[in-house]
Amino acid sequence: MTKTSLSRRSRAEKWTATLALLLICVGFILPFVWMLSTSLKTLENAMTMPPEWWPSPMVPENYSAVLENKKLDFPLLAHNTLMVALLTVLGTTISSAIVAYGFAKIDFKGRGLLFGVMLATMMIPFPVVMVSLFTIFRWMGDNTPLQFLGTLRPLWLPAWFGSAFNIFLLRQFFMTIPDELSEAATVDGCSEWGIFRHIILPLSRSALVVVALFTFMGAWNDFLGPLVYIQHPGQYTLALGLQTFQSQHGGTQWNLLMAASLLVIMPIIILFFLAQKSFIQGIATTGMKG
Amino acid sequence: MTRKESQQLGKGLAFLSPWLIGFLVFTLLPVALSLYYSFCDYSLLQSPAYIGTENYRQLAADPIFLKSLKNTLIYALMALPAGLMVSLGLAMLLNQKVPGQAAYRTIIFLPSLVPTVASAMLWLWLFNAKLGLINNLLDQAPFSWMISALNFVLGILHLPQIATPIGWLTDPLYAMPALALMSLWGVGHTVVIYLAGLQDVPGELLESAEIDGAGAWTRMRHVTLPMLSPVIFFNLIMGIIGTLQVFAVPYIMTQGNPARATYFFTMYLYDNAFRYLKMGYASAMAWIQLLIILALTAFAFWSSKRWVHYQGK
Repeated sequence: MTKTSLSRRSRAEKWTATLALLLICVGFILPFVWMLSTSLKTLENAMTMPPEWWPSPMVPENYSAVLENKKLDFPLLAHNTLMVALLTVLGTTISSAIVAYGFAKIDFKGRGLLFGVMLATMMIPFPVVMVSLFTIFRWMGDNTPLQFLGTLRPLWLPAWFGSAFNIFLLRQFFMTIPDELSEAATVDGCSEWGIFRHIILPLSRSALVVVALFTFMGAWNDFLGPLVYIQHPGQYTLALGLQTFQSQHGGTQWNLLMAASLLVIMPIIILFFLAQKSFIQGIATTGMKG
Repeated sequence: MTRKESQQLGKGLAFLSPWLIGFLVFTLLPVALSLYYSFCDYSLLQSPAYIGTENYRQLAADPIFLKSLKNTLIYALMALPAGLMVSLGLAMLLNQKVPGQAAYRTIIFLPSLVPTVASAMLWLWLFNAKLGLINNLLDQAPFSWMISALNFVLGILHLPQIATPIGWLTDPLYAMPALALMSLWGVGHTVVIYLAGLQDVPGELLESAEIDGAGAWTRMRHVTLPMLSPVIFFNLIMGIIGTLQVFAVPYIMTQGNPARATYFFTMYLYDNAFRYLKMGYASAMAWIQLLIILALTAFAFWSSKRWVHYQGK
């Protein structure tokens, strides 16, 4: 085969790919555009047939209407969600790192077995433990001075005991740090905790960021957890609140609903653009190491 | 065990202690309890009463249970292969060195970041039969022509024609495909995993295949796909575990309707546990779900010997 026909063919492939990508990207982005457009319309305008892409009149006041809506109480929902998300992130990052260090850097009998057990727990679907966790939290509420059901605690407390997925991720990362570093520190009289705290952790910033990001997103997104454990609207998270807001209205106020949904999406999108690299690398490594 | 060994063991367990406690209290105990509850009549108001295999026997004859199981499997059969193929195709396109590659990648990834509830709201609006964007687009050329052409063919074949506007979430025929279609919007996460896998396909291998006269299709079929098979396998396993638990989207968007056409396994489980307070019955369902997931995963592992190629490392 001659060189020219080869390059002609690869140029044709490139053009086809570009065209296909353009069309697909339009399809992927249309829902966002439509959402934004609806969120800036009057309700009457949002329900006009055939639909108009450009909102006229433009009503950015929809956003303040959502933020000030008494029934929705967006500030409270955001506060609750942030509380749960931050406590979950803090708890799972600290505890998972400690446990991952044990799995990665301390050689002891039974380590392989325990690691296998931990990996196996990742297969257990949440519904299997959902019912009995509910009864466990109820029992804990009845037999300790603390309340669990009807508070946000069941949503973030388990995170403080490490999560299998994050332990696995961090363990893989810690394994790539050469042992010579910790050995040198041991010779200098550094304790195991000191090595973890002053050598491993500072070297693992990128992996810790990945864990924190994914955990934050998971907590921000979670719907089933709050649905099971939260009983009082005062404790609703954004996910629950948004769902209630939609189902409450007889005739849905689509413009307000889209504005509220965008307000829930925005923090995640901003987070993504701030930490794009960590996101992509994190997803890529979890896929590759599996 | 030497002194050194027991010292190491002590240190190891100390570092593992958060997980060990969590595993006992938040995993092992609930799993054991739920197995016990599955053999009990347990209404949450009274303490559990042992009834043997009664829950499982009732489930086998419960038409709603069977319906929810069937729905879930059908959904998995629709959404899982479609998702795996679409994301693989997208990854291959995004792997081409074309101008604007980074922008395309970002656009396709973004929807997978949208929180479930928010995307459910958005798609409720898009799928709205009268006011939704999708039906309005289908009403206009060239999509309206496509529907007319399709209806013409369906007419010749004496098959029921497509009635517009399509009741995406209100017509039992369309509700399930609508949810599967919607799930494709969020494949960005899987695409990124494939893209990472594609970086590991050696460029020299593809080039030499191209010089030998292999077209794009042959290169994909005989070089890229075999090299990518471990990643496909990983995505398949994660997909099985995920799609069989589908809950939030149908719970929010259809509540299982129309006519229970989108009533899934986890929804019936949730309803049994927290609406009808049949905790024992729900626990039995949870165990069946676990066993199905384990069986399908085991089957995938077994079949992987035939189609997954690991590079010698």
